[in-house]
Amino acid sequence: MSAVADTHAQDDHHHGPAKGITRWLLTTNHKDIGSMYLIFSFTMFLLGGAMAMVIRAELFQPGLQIVEPEFFNQMTTMHGLIMVFGAVMPAFVGLANWMIPLMVGAPDMALPRMNNWSFWLLPCAFLILVSTLFMQGGAPNFGWTFYAPLSTTYGPPSTTFFIFAVHIMGVSSIMGAINVIATILNMRAPGMTLMKMPLFVWTWLITAFLLIAVMPVLAGVVTMMLMDINFGTSFFDASGGGDPVLFQHVFWFFGHPEVYIMILPAFGAVSHIIPAFSRKPLFGYASMVYAVGAIALLSFVVWAHHMFTVGIPIAGQLFFMYATMLIAVPTGVKVFNWVATMFRGSLTFEAPMLFAVAFVILFTIGGFSGLMLAIAPADFQYHDTYFVVAHFHYVLVPGAIFGIFASAYFWLPKWTGHMYDETLAKTHFWLSFVGMNLAFFPMHFLGLAGMPRRIPDYALQFADFNMVSSIGAFMFGATQILFLVIVVKCVRGGEKAAANPWDGAEGLEWTVPSPAPYHTFSTPPEVK
Amino acid sequence: MRVHAKRAGVLLGGLMTPALSMADWTLNMSPGVTGTSNEIFSLHMTILWICVVIGVVVFGVMFWSIFAHRKSSGRKPANFHENTLVEILWTIIPLVILVVMAIPATATLVDMYDTSEADVDIKVTGYQWRWKYDYIDDDFGYFSNISTSDDEIYNRTAKSENYLLDVDNPMVVPVGAKIRLLLTANDVIHSWWVPEFGVKKDAIPGFVNEAWTRVDEPGIYRGQCTELCGVKHGFMPVVVKAVPQDEYDTWVAEQKEAAQRERELTEKDWTLEELMVRGEKAYASACASCHQADGSGAPPAFPALKGSQIALEDMDAHLDVVVNGVSGTAMQAFGDQLSEVDLAAVITYERNAWGNDTGEMITPKEVFEYKNQE
Repeated sequence: MSAVADTHAQDDHHHGPAKGITRWLLTTNHKDIGSMYLIFSFTMFLLGGAMAMVIRAELFQPGLQIVEPEFFNQMTTMHGLIMVFGAVMPAFVGLANWMIPLMVGAPDMALPRMNNWSFWLLPCAFLILVSTLFMQGGAPNFGWTFYAPLSTTYGPPSTTFFIFAVHIMGVSSIMGAINVIATILNMRAPGMTLMKMPLFVWTWLITAFLLIAVMPVLAGVVTMMLMDINFGTSFFDASGGGDPVLFQHVFWFFGHPEVYIMILPAFGAVSHIIPAFSRKPLFGYASMVYAVGAIALLSFVVWAHHMFTVGIPIAGQLFFMYATMLIAVPTGVKVFNWVATMFRGSLTFEAPMLFAVAFVILFTIGGFSGLMLAIAPADFQYHDTYFVVAHFHYVLVPGAIFGIFASAYFWLPKWTGHMYDETLAKTHFWLSFVGMNLAFFPMHFLGLAGMPRRIPDYALQFADFNMVSSIGAFMFGATQILFLVIVVKCVRGGEKAAANPWDGAEGLEWTVPSPAPYHTFSTPPEVK
Repeated sequence: MRVHAKRAGVLLGGLMTPALSMADWTLNMSPGVTGTSNEIFSLHMTILWICVVIGVVVFGVMFWSIFAHRKSSGRKPANFHENTLVEILWTIIPLVILVVMAIPATATLVDMYDTSEADVDIKVTGYQWRWKYDYIDDDFGYFSNISTSDDEIYNRTAKSENYLLDVDNPMVVPVGAKIRLLLTANDVIHSWWVPEFGVKKDAIPGFVNEAWTRVDEPGIYRGQCTELCGVKHGFMPVVVKAVPQDEYDTWVAEQKEAAQRERELTEKDWTLEELMVRGEKAYASACASCHQADGSGAPPAFPALKGSQIALEDMDAHLDVVVNGVSGTAMQAFGDQLSEVDLAAVITYERNAWGNDTGEMITPKEVFEYKNQE
């Protein structure tokens, strides 16, 4: 093995990337595929963001000004679907592709051809999904949670295409997850035991298991919809003996682990970034691993907290309330550990650290509102109001999205070989931070004052905070163009990055040169 | 942050629109007017303060590190990275706080689920996009539609004080009585919510959910549908009028009498003109939200009736569609929703309005016979 690797090292120039479009179409290289995932995800982020701008523009003032309610509903639906399945999940898969082999000292992902396929399925799926906007009857308009029977008996004709797109996304995610698991379990460098694995690898391993567990459930629920719509079954149609609540149980059995799928990899990345810029080892590595495991396990037994108002029996109500409150314990442990890592460190605040610290603070605020939502009686007031919208945007925007930005700035020097423009990056951070809080904090007040979610128009007492929220949203949206500028600038040039550009960063990925060569770790490194 | 938000909002609000002068800066949940809503409010405040205290402690330590432990101030990093005792402590303490929190939450929940011994039973049915209230003890019921005009919604006239929160026929309840609500839906899932009662429950086709409330202060209370139910989800408000018991009794007597009069109308001999007048009203309330006031519909989900085959050709087919609905589509079965008179009026209206000049009419008696022959 090592003899073969040595020969390869000598004629590296034979194994550079192919030329032209085939490099990207046919590539099996984890770095190329990782880059494609990240570019795709950012494209989707801008598209989903543009839809959010339409939503906020309509909600800028009471009354209907810009779009009709029908199109408004299509925007809320597509915004949610695109952000969840198109922006956040592919971004994490992109990070996994780039970083997991580098972090565990593997030459590539375990299943490189499947890797190529799982990426290329995604643009196909989203082409189908986005094309529904141009179909007769319009795009899906029933919310990203697509509750039956609104999405079945009463759905637009394009629903079948939406189902097909979800199936393809599911296939892509499952293959991506299998690849991650196979890589982590089989291709770690000698000496890297499970409890020596970097936390990003750990969180992705657990995320991948969650994906494999729940994506088939999503496939199941959309298949039942497909049958109801096209083949005369009545899974969710009460008049045919079906059960609309069954839909919600199945959907949220997928949906709740799904929200952890969107946050756990960010937990992992932040657990590298905070120690690096605190110049101090992560506090409580083992408890971090156990906490992620506990969160993942609990995520399977809390789904009905999304359904406190559907009329489940009181015993069920109590069980799901207690189980949901329990999640606060491991999540709290993680937050305490991050704070303890910073405590008595030697802190600097480059862009990755700014995003990571904001992640901890704002995610914790989202966690607090999550705890409030877990209290079932209080949830009767919060449920389906803007309080919920505020809650999940607080966990997803400064959670998932800031986690992705932090990771991108942290690893950009490794990917491109150049340092990004720190001043621009800090500007990106502060504008995002202010814009995001301006957009989403007032939503707490709106929800508590009684504004339901998913409405294109609202009563007059909600006018002021909606306007503030829209201004914040426009600010946050416009700021993201800056990120594109920073990345393009960094790819094209800039200060040369050292193999390890950060004082306190540790891990195998920093032992290879920057930019990381097309092939790395052809000979596995030794981990002590 | 909020100060900035406020300034920006006030500045822009002042510039943008006079409608905003009615808005307010409410920050918190309202304690409401029922025992349940007050209990929820106190749970909400308790958990909020617990979160605030935890937040102050955690963020306090964090900000202390951010300000005091900077590299620029020459700090050398410590090297500790593990402490089992601390880990156990910050697992146990939150657990204890949660248990403390769970006790009052459980008590409130048990109370909310106790729908026994109600004084008044009202069946609440969600339709796209209106509510129907059936007073099942007294054998009458009616629809409650939004009464905000399109002119207000499309900014052609000034918005009224209760913009989007006004209905033609509010639910009426007596104060001091335990009201049991039986919630269901006719088409998709809706959710009935009055924030000041602390009652929110989904109305689901094929299910009957229960909730209860006891309102002690007379007044008008407003809420909205809170489950996305289609294009007009934002336009199906809930309005409840709580009145003293004697006023309520008078109202019930009137409603019962009116219901009786309605039933007698079936026997009356109707003329085309009378049916057209009644049909226009019934159409506006039952049909116009999908098929539009001018019969143009909103294809493909909601076909046009103006010039349509169904309204111009075979009468029996038309009657069948209206009474039994069309399965697998959004067209509901109106046979049980509307009285015979309204069914006859709507069908007659559809066959003679907007240039559909068939000159044909159907009488309530014929509708009655059709429904009972099946």
